[in-house]
Amino acid sequence: MRIPDGVTASEPAEEDLGGGPGEVEAEAPPPPPSPLKPRVTWQKLTILPAALVALLLATWLWFEQARLDAISENALSNGQVSKALWQSVELTAISTFFVLIIAIPLGILLTRRAFRKATPLAMTFANMGQATPAIGLLALLVIWLGTGMTSALVGITIYAVLPVLSNTIAGLKANDPTLLEAARGIGMSPWGVLRRVELPLAVPLILAGVRTALVLNVGTSTLATFGGGGGLGVLITTGITTQRMPVLVLGSVLTVALALLVDWLASLAELLLRPRGLGVGT
Amino acid sequence: MPETAASGASIELENLSKRYPGSPGPAVDNVSMEINAGETVIFVGPSGCGKSTTLKMINRLIEPSGGRIRIDGEDVTDMDPVRLRRKVGYAIQASGLFPHMTVAQNIALVPRMAGWPKGRIRERVEEMLDLVGLDPGEFHGRYPRQLSGGQQQRVGVARALAADPPVLLMDEPFGAVDPITRDHLQDELIRLQHELRKTIVFVTHDFDEAIKLGDRIAVLREHSHIAQFDTPEAILTNPADDFVSGFVGAGAALKRLNLTRVRDMEINDYPTVAVDEPLQEIFSKLRSSSTNEILLLDRHGRPYKWLRRGDLMRAKGALARAGTLVSDTVPRDATVRDALEAVLTDSAGRVAVTGRRGEYTGVVDVETLMNSVHGLLEADRLDAMAHRHDLAELRVTQTHAEQEGPGGERKA
Repeated sequence: MRIPDGVTASEPAEEDLGGGPGEVEAEAPPPPPSPLKPRVTWQKLTILPAALVALLLATWLWFEQARLDAISENALSNGQVSKALWQSVELTAISTFFVLIIAIPLGILLTRRAFRKATPLAMTFANMGQATPAIGLLALLVIWLGTGMTSALVGITIYAVLPVLSNTIAGLKANDPTLLEAARGIGMSPWGVLRRVELPLAVPLILAGVRTALVLNVGTSTLATFGGGGGLGVLITTGITTQRMPVLVLGSVLTVALALLVDWLASLAELLLRPRGLGVGT
Repeated sequence: MPETAASGASIELENLSKRYPGSPGPAVDNVSMEINAGETVIFVGPSGCGKSTTLKMINRLIEPSGGRIRIDGEDVTDMDPVRLRRKVGYAIQASGLFPHMTVAQNIALVPRMAGWPKGRIRERVEEMLDLVGLDPGEFHGRYPRQLSGGQQQRVGVARALAADPPVLLMDEPFGAVDPITRDHLQDELIRLQHELRKTIVFVTHDFDEAIKLGDRIAVLREHSHIAQFDTPEAILTNPADDFVSGFVGAGAALKRLNLTRVRDMEINDYPTVAVDEPLQEIFSKLRSSSTNEILLLDRHGRPYKWLRRGDLMRAKGALARAGTLVSDTVPRDATVRDALEAVLTDSAGRVAVTGRRGEYTGVVDVETLMNSVHGLLEADRLDAMAHRHDLAELRVTQTHAEQEGPGGERKA
């Protein structure tokens, strides 16, 4: 993970030696060129989607020539595949949404002076959430909340809070204290300091946490099937229990493709949302 | 710039103290000080003497645990700190610019918070960039990391001044730049202050910087006790005690010479003659002059050659070959130290003083220089003694008031 550097780091070496405005122009070496590079290169935009398309195409071709028996037909027909895929997307999206609205405000709160003492306690809980095996957590939740999507969502959310929470805290703590003092010193309110300085500077780290959480969520969403939450896990478990390779392969390939796609989208978001002017280029 | 012509506000610190819970002694102990409007006051002292703490108490980044602060007569000790800080410019070491904002956004911060209309903010940003010597068109859209250290520091000052605050607090602003750039930034600050006449409180541990920038200097010892609060001249020539003289360092008299310009000193008239005058004229002038030397000026009135009595004879009357070329001159705006340097290196111990366009205005030599310097130092000494007398009296009344107890002090 990259720690955002403060203002003092890595100054260009050249100095202006001129006194007045005119002299600066005359004596200073040409301005540091460094025009801001486009942040998203075409390689970044094309390579991974191309690989995904190739993967899906290969799977499809394989299915074309494969002979499916009744059981496989039964597991895959009637739009069950798209339904499972959609459920997985839904599970990932909703759980990530809840992770964000829980972990980021909590992280902000825990870095405020009044609540700083509670940080170790909160981190312990978050750690417990992640250290518990996801499947065990899910089982407990099913006992408590019954089967269905809700318990799956709660489980996935608890599981993914930690990376976002710890990255939010780390990001806010990594901010240069002299910079924050400068912000207060020029008359920003505490809320203004948070909104205009602290959060923008912490964005890179927070986004890295969100990306981790997203990928985790795609993975854990396949476990939702054990709690009756649906998702691509249904295909995988069906494939295993009925010993039908094509079903299993389709479930796995789609899960992998979804995880890679989500990760790719998150990496684009990281690049685009990172405040300009921070650290090294793309 | 009519609006920037507004001058600063006075600052009064009254028995200001800071005590941190859990530490035995106070960090800042009972500091009282009056800073006049439009004055540049430097807090100078060793590391950890509480000078930064004292500064930060003025805009209440650090809340004082006792005492009052008044700005322009208004008690700000219990005012909303956010409102107070918007009226007080603040510039710190390493500029404190926000890396995710452009130069223009950084400068616009305070005016934006103060709710200025957009158009006015835009104009103001350009104006401020211009003021600190950066080309608005070029630097407007840059990010801080695309600037050199010196440029960042300029932007930092521009940001502090953007909302035109009457008071500017500077916490070792030039501590992180190289000596050459620092020198330029100091010159710029002097120029700025000449235009703006803000009240500036400036913290540094560099005594030379303090002498260069300060109208008055407060030399602070531990717990921010004021060892001496006086003009640079007085501190140099008459340090209050061993602590101050230790801090002033060696060569105080030489440093003192930096504070006076040649134009403020006695400059001798010298017999001169222009190149285009007839030779006969030159001869007679040489013969009649009290010195055995005259200064030959070129067509623009600039010092050209020193002519001694025998020179013309030896050169057989050819002016082009006679005499020695003037190797070094001192402009009137140079410091006395520069003049002394020039006189010492000159083989004959005298140097021509020139005006703005290099024209001759007079000559200084070792003797006149020594006399002037002695006069200066003597005058300083008298001044400093008078100040110290005042300060001692002030202290007596203060201790008196303290002994009377807080109630008596309030009434007084």
